[in-house]
Amino acid sequence: MAEELPNVEAAPAPKPEPPVAIAPEAVVTEPAVAADMPLLRIEAVVKKFGIFRAVDRLSLDIKAGEFFALLGPSGCGKTTLLRMLAGFETPDEGRILLDGKDIAQVLPHQRPVNMMFQNYALFPHLSVHDNIAFGLKRAGMARSEIDSRVAELVALVKLDGLGKRKPDQLSGGQKQRVALARSLARRPKVLLLDEPLAALDKKLRESTQLELMELQRRLGMTFIIVTHDQEEAMTVASRIGVMDAGRLDQVATPRELYEAPASRWIAEFVGDINIFEGQVESREAGRLAISTRDAGTVIVAEPRAPITRTVVSVAIRPEKVKLSRRGPVSDAVNAHAINRLEGTVTDVGYLGGLTVYKVKLDTGAVVRSSMANTARLDIDAYSAGQRVVAWFTPDDCLVLEQ
Amino acid sequence: MSARRTFTRPARLAAIAPYLWMVLFFLVPFGFVLKISLSQTAIAQPPYLPVFDLAAGAGAIKAAFAALSLDNFRLLVSDDLYVLSYLRSLVVAAVSTSVLLLIGYPVAYGMARLPRRWQSVTMMLVIVPFWTSFLIRIYAWINILQHDGLLNQVLLALHLVSAPVVWLSTDSAMYLGIVYSYLPFMILPLYATLAKMEPALLEAAADLGASPRTAFWQVTFPLSLPGVGAGALLCFIPIVGEFVIPDLLAGSSSMMIGQTLWLEFFTNKDWPVASAAAVVLLVLLLAPLVLYDRLQRRQLEGAR
Ligand SMILES: Nc1ncnc2c1ncn2[C@@H]1O[C@H](COP(=O)(O)OP(=O)(O)OP(=O)(O)O)[C@@H](O)[C@H]1O
Ligand SMILES: [Mg+2]
Repeated sequence: MAEELPNVEAAPAPKPEPPVAIAPEAVVTEPAVAADMPLLRIEAVVKKFGIFRAVDRLSLDIKAGEFFALLGPSGCGKTTLLRMLAGFETPDEGRILLDGKDIAQVLPHQRPVNMMFQNYALFPHLSVHDNIAFGLKRAGMARSEIDSRVAELVALVKLDGLGKRKPDQLSGGQKQRVALARSLARRPKVLLLDEPLAALDKKLRESTQLELMELQRRLGMTFIIVTHDQEEAMTVASRIGVMDAGRLDQVATPRELYEAPASRWIAEFVGDINIFEGQVESREAGRLAISTRDAGTVIVAEPRAPITRTVVSVAIRPEKVKLSRRGPVSDAVNAHAINRLEGTVTDVGYLGGLTVYKVKLDTGAVVRSSMANTARLDIDAYSAGQRVVAWFTPDDCLVLEQ
Repeated sequence: MSARRTFTRPARLAAIAPYLWMVLFFLVPFGFVLKISLSQTAIAQPPYLPVFDLAAGAGAIKAAFAALSLDNFRLLVSDDLYVLSYLRSLVVAAVSTSVLLLIGYPVAYGMARLPRRWQSVTMMLVIVPFWTSFLIRIYAWINILQHDGLLNQVLLALHLVSAPVVWLSTDSAMYLGIVYSYLPFMILPLYATLAKMEPALLEAAADLGASPRTAFWQVTFPLSLPGVGAGALLCFIPIVGEFVIPDLLAGSSSMMIGQTLWLEFFTNKDWPVASAAAVVLLVLLLAPLVLYDRLQRRQLEGAR
């Protein structure tokens, strides 16, 4: 077989904890680039379909060993970006560097990158075993080695006993796991996963998420996962890039993204949030007073980055809005600073672990509050029509300028 | 109650329609041919014996049955003429089908990879020859291939040959005619399987390290095998029984079974032998059909 891929191990069958495959030349160059060079660098990449820009001057660095999630609404260019990394689309502008080398000229079958396709793209004429072995055969691996690697992968994705089946004899979730095993087989430097878990039910999806994380840690590979499920992105990824209309709006850790979104759009896209528009009224002792139409004057902690505009949005996550029958009992210092909004409960959504309340404020606006159901009996619960006070602290508020 | 009746009866009819068709237009005629193949020639109307006459009573019918024999089949096996005709038919069909595959596959493959718009245009180009009568097209080839025909004129003008070449009445002319006539039957099924193949599969192959060539042999070709089978059958079977093209374009030194059949029927007026030849031909052609069917079923069932 003429084709060979340096990144696939030629070493004897790996022991339970197989080492990360590293290309021979990567071993030589690694010390030189390791310091500040990311494994993957995307530089101002543009992909146009006609005049439509599916990816628009997007830049991103991804370090070796990262689990990176691309999050964004349908059609924002996530798949297109992955396809450029895999080599199926060529960027119209910009560069993609892998290990510091431009891979524009490297054909898909020569890239040390593997992709798990959004629609699996399993070979219908090959058995599960042969699908998984396909990439290993192309790398010229010895037969016995292939068999042991495939067996390992089959066990990993819990497909034991299905090795001889053809793809059309599998359920959707099983197909997805074959696709996952196939893309993992070559131990690529970078594994691209395009909505890998979309077809799984919630339980299986959650357990597979954990398996993916475990796998990524154990093999030390770099994963880039595409999803439009923000919970999934938060669960698996060490960093998340939020994409919209071909651009990256924010790249941050899950916590940062949730607690400090860069814009109102991101705040609303990632999780649920209450937003009040208003104007900065005054500023004292690290606090801003913002007068809003819907919630009166709201006191918020002054953000670290200085506010430049006077028209802003105050945002607060539902779980940080507490409800009580009377105002909160608090010490004298804080008493005047706490934001209290009076209203009536209009809607109670019981979700098991949480209950989500909709409170119609006396101003007419609606505030959502979610509270953990810490007791089995509903002594603490509120019911529709009940008068309540919704309150939150200045530190839990976000000030968003756009 | 009545609503259910009106609903199920057409459905039931639709289910047995293919069988009715088979019985009416295949099994019954085949029964006649089989019966004739077991009869003896006679100078009579019809030209064979015995003739079943239902009016003659049970005894006569019994006698007619007793008169049937396998003599004609024995003749077929013992006479070189028939054996050689069968062999030649099979060889011609096999060679033609291989050439058709070699030409048809790249054409179909190219068609399937064109932009959608162009696919329908090329499809038209493949089908358009059917708008002219088959016979006229074969006669056109005779015109092109004859002594002072277009082909020889061009070859002479280009000084590729110094004297006209004899094309007509050769096997080359016959193969040319067969390949020309059957090419659409090869291209269309191949195109159909290749066009519906998911392009993502080739991307997946490339992603897993297969060069375009490897991807073709490992993915595209195996997935197009049903089309290859269909195209090969669609060509092989009628070519075995082909009569017009070898008669018009090939030499008269050796005959295909279709020609032999024609000779027996119309020149020798030996219906029983001709019928026996036809029955044997049918049995011969059933073999590849059964084989194809079995292959397809295995593919469907996969490795259980
Ligand atoms: N081959 C193509 N030709 C023209 N437009 C395309 C092509 N591929 C993608 N697009 C467009 O580019 C945009 C981005 O597509 P892409 O598939 O990257 O979206 P996505 O973020 O993966 O969406 P989803 O979450 O639905 O999978 C879409 O508007 C899509 O219509
Ligand atoms: Mg997509």
